[in-house]
Amino acid sequence: MIEPLRITYREAVKQAIREALQSDPRVFLMGEDVGKYGGCFAVSKGLLEEFGEQRIRDTPLSESAFVGAGIGAALGGLRPIVEVMTVNFSLLALDQIVNNAATLCHMSGGQFPVPVVIRMATGAGRQLAAQHSHSFEAWYAHVPGLRVVEPATIDDARGMLRAALACPDPVIVFEPISLYNMEGELTEAASSVRLDGARVHRAGRDVTLVTYGASLWRCVTAAEELATSGIEAEIIDLRSLRPLDDAAIMHSVRRTRRAVIVDEGWRSGSLAAEITTRIVEQGFYDLDAPVARVCAEEVPIPYPRHLEDAALPGASRIVAAVKGLVGHGQ
Amino acid sequence: MASEFRLPALGADMDAGTIVTWHVAPGSRVKRGDVVAVVETDKGAIDVEIFEDGVVREIVVPVGQRVAVGTVLARLDADDAAADAGPAAVAGAAPADVAARAAVPAVAAAPRTVPAVQAPSPTVPAAAAPGGAMSATGESEDSRASMRAAIASAMSRSKREIPHYYLSTTVDVTTATEWLAAHNAKVPVTGRLLFAALLVKALALTCRETPGFSGFHRDGRYEESPAVHVGVAVALRGGGLVAPAIMNTADQSLPALMTAMRELVARARAGRLRASELAAPTIVLTSLGEDSVDVVFPIIQPPQVAIVGAGTVVERPWVVEGKILSRQLVSLSLGADHRVTDGRLGAQFLARLARRLCDPATL
Amino acid sequence: MSALPAGTTRERGLHLLREMLRIRQFEDHCAELYGAGHIRGFLHLCDGEEAIAVGVMEALGPDDAVLSTYREHGHALARGIAMKPLMAELYGKRSGCSGGRGGSMHVFDAATRFYGGNAIVGGGLPLAVGLALAEQMRGTRNLAACFFGEGAVAEGEFHESMNLAALWKLPVLFLCENNLYAMGTALTRSESQTDIQAKAAGYAVRAAAVDGMDVFAVEAAVREAADAARGGGGPALLEFRTYRFRAHSMFDAQLYRDKAEVEAWRERGPIIRLTTQLKAAGLMTEDDFQRLLREADAEVEGAVEFASAAEWEPVADLARHVYAETAP
Repeated sequence: MIEPLRITYREAVKQAIREALQSDPRVFLMGEDVGKYGGCFAVSKGLLEEFGEQRIRDTPLSESAFVGAGIGAALGGLRPIVEVMTVNFSLLALDQIVNNAATLCHMSGGQFPVPVVIRMATGAGRQLAAQHSHSFEAWYAHVPGLRVVEPATIDDARGMLRAALACPDPVIVFEPISLYNMEGELTEAASSVRLDGARVHRAGRDVTLVTYGASLWRCVTAAEELATSGIEAEIIDLRSLRPLDDAAIMHSVRRTRRAVIVDEGWRSGSLAAEITTRIVEQGFYDLDAPVARVCAEEVPIPYPRHLEDAALPGASRIVAAVKGLVGHGQ
Repeated sequence: MASEFRLPALGADMDAGTIVTWHVAPGSRVKRGDVVAVVETDKGAIDVEIFEDGVVREIVVPVGQRVAVGTVLARLDADDAAADAGPAAVAGAAPADVAARAAVPAVAAAPRTVPAVQAPSPTVPAAAAPGGAMSATGESEDSRASMRAAIASAMSRSKREIPHYYLSTTVDVTTATEWLAAHNAKVPVTGRLLFAALLVKALALTCRETPGFSGFHRDGRYEESPAVHVGVAVALRGGGLVAPAIMNTADQSLPALMTAMRELVARARAGRLRASELAAPTIVLTSLGEDSVDVVFPIIQPPQVAIVGAGTVVERPWVVEGKILSRQLVSLSLGADHRVTDGRLGAQFLARLARRLCDPATL
Repeated sequence: MSALPAGTTRERGLHLLREMLRIRQFEDHCAELYGAGHIRGFLHLCDGEEAIAVGVMEALGPDDAVLSTYREHGHALARGIAMKPLMAELYGKRSGCSGGRGGSMHVFDAATRFYGGNAIVGGGLPLAVGLALAEQMRGTRNLAACFFGEGAVAEGEFHESMNLAALWKLPVLFLCENNLYAMGTALTRSESQTDIQAKAAGYAVRAAAVDGMDVFAVEAAVREAADAARGGGGPALLEFRTYRFRAHSMFDAQLYRDKAEVEAWRERGPIIRLTTQLKAAGLMTEDDFQRLLREADAEVEGAVEFASAAEWEPVADLARHVYAETAP
């Protein structure tokens, strides 16, 4: 079922959904414009024709109702994939996610686990302005009872959905909007990716870059530039935001002794803040320099290209942050 | 066998509360579900139920004192223990001031009166909040006997001390009954008025207009009450009578009066009257409603100085403009204290009352 | 007061009365236990609404899914959750039906398909839509019955859920207990259209208003709506007109309503009504009533004893069940 070829992130997700629909009759996809429109980001194009209206369900613009219905259907024995068009609209469904999906298993003493998968497109970079450019991974990762993942590579885009559907808990899957068009190689690893665990995307010895989502590729660009200055950056792709893989982070920091966290959310109350604290708690004496973080500027994300770029944690800011740690000027 | 009644937790964030009113006193008989006190909390005053049967032995925490949740508020004995023959516990309610033992629950005419509002049918389990007190297991022999004794004492005193004079008049109230029918046809069931409401309002207005009938005779002198609070006589199941006051009766609209009367009857039946309501009437109205009695000769309740009775509204032949017609008639009677007023003033009072009653639109 | 439905037997009448009395006595004991500090947090009692719980459950099947609100004890008992684990849940003990984790507002029971118990007004409505969707997609004749108060119709989730259920013709019974007050706010002060069942027309959903004090009327209405829903006829909205005799929760001072109004409604309560009807028809005596009352009281007292003696969940287990321990 895995084709060893170059595909886009979008295509990888689509293949993942197709495989799920084919292999498990309990699975169905539900969300706004997933059917006739083919998906806002064309992820589900053609699936309605292939699988029919029962399995590919267009919903009205009722985030609370259809996310709640997904939770209800999961309680009722099905395996729904609920697509919230973007994280920006998910705020309307927060009550169902936080007060139902996250709590039912614990509140019922284990009687009612909620095996629902909720996919949300996330992030900025397309000049979509403030209401369409949020990164709220930190909010969801804050809530016990949820699992939160963000595939940043082709293999993960292809494989994490299967792992999410096999998980008995509610899983939020964030898909960075700016990565849908990204092309890359699909490898055999895709068939066995785990739902949790961070991954060393690039090995290095001088500094640890801890990141997730679209920022992974910003880090890759930054690492290439840093290499020209003789600084080898190790990049940790978190993959799972709840739970966080402390062991992987500390293992890296223990060797490099410097850490920069790159997070597209605003820094106040961010995942970067959480990870910094964990490093302080668990690796304080391994550090040669304070932990640094590169986050979105504390502004609503603006529309014009140059301002949006300035607001987001771009490669140049990452490079600057690293150089600040290793004592280089410029 | 004694038990303790403690301050309950009345809310998730309540640590303490202040007693605002006690509805019982030592000697009061209580039943599961009776409201025995009112406690002040942040959200307002809350009625507090007791969950066992018994007889109050001792009030431990008085009105006004703030105590922690769980504090013992009162002590009770089991029902069959010898209880002090306290003031006739009106189904669990009695004047909080034990010293006012002489000021028994107000009683009026010797003939038992029936209030104008239908009684709740007594089939709600006793565990429910008051309003449906079980009749079968309601008043015990003892409490009925002690109430009878209290009534006897009050009536004897009244007859001994107050020189009564009596006047009565028959009133054609057809206009009033027709007005009522028309009014009630236009409103939902909950908004309907009874004849008794017209009587109460008319009486209050008449008292305001004619001094000498709404006030108190104490220490050898009469004092007119600044406001009129008409006491409405309510018969209790199993015998006994109370006449709690509708405060500031003259200022209330008819619908408000109706609501107040209904509520008073319900609380009286459930034993949830406040001591203040029992002591407050400046004049009492005793209305026989559905029983077929023509004229009432009521007994004044000291320290009041007058009492008004109304018989049943009946259809009788009457002369109207020289013709014999079928009309709705009611007999109004006045019992008054001759130390304060005389027959001439009494007659004026009755005539004014009759006039007001026949003009319901102005009530 | 209406007469009993034709053909009502003594057995049936006593059964319905017994079920309502069990609820009433349970609730009244809960009030006492709350005051004594054994039940904590928020406690919402359903005195006055017993006929709805009992009537609805008479008309549902064991494979139907049920969702309720925070005022759920009556629903739970009528659904068949045993009184002992229910009381233990209110005490927070480990042998409670939710393991003691949820308390009064979060009663869950997989065996009776009772999905809680939701503290968010309107929060269960989308879940009901999803549970019904699962039944439809699996081709069963089961339905999802969701209780909510009239206050919930102001929440967006009500409208979204009605629309979605109607659009997909899902077997959902939207069961609105209109007791005229959403906490302290009267219906007339919060809804432009106070005729709740009329709102269904806006979503092309079948609807009816039912006298919530009449257990027979409740059952008949639910049966009819359920039959239609099971046959693919889509959802229904039933508005049960009722009243709660006690405060919104233990305890509020009820500043927002007249005591006389409460007393007037008590006289029309479901238990008084059925008792009067049964006695008038010669199907029941006062002795019968007293016996049922005693039996209900005894059952509640047994549950209280059970709950008092039951164990607490060890603190070491705090983090259990945050995530599922086994795949569902």
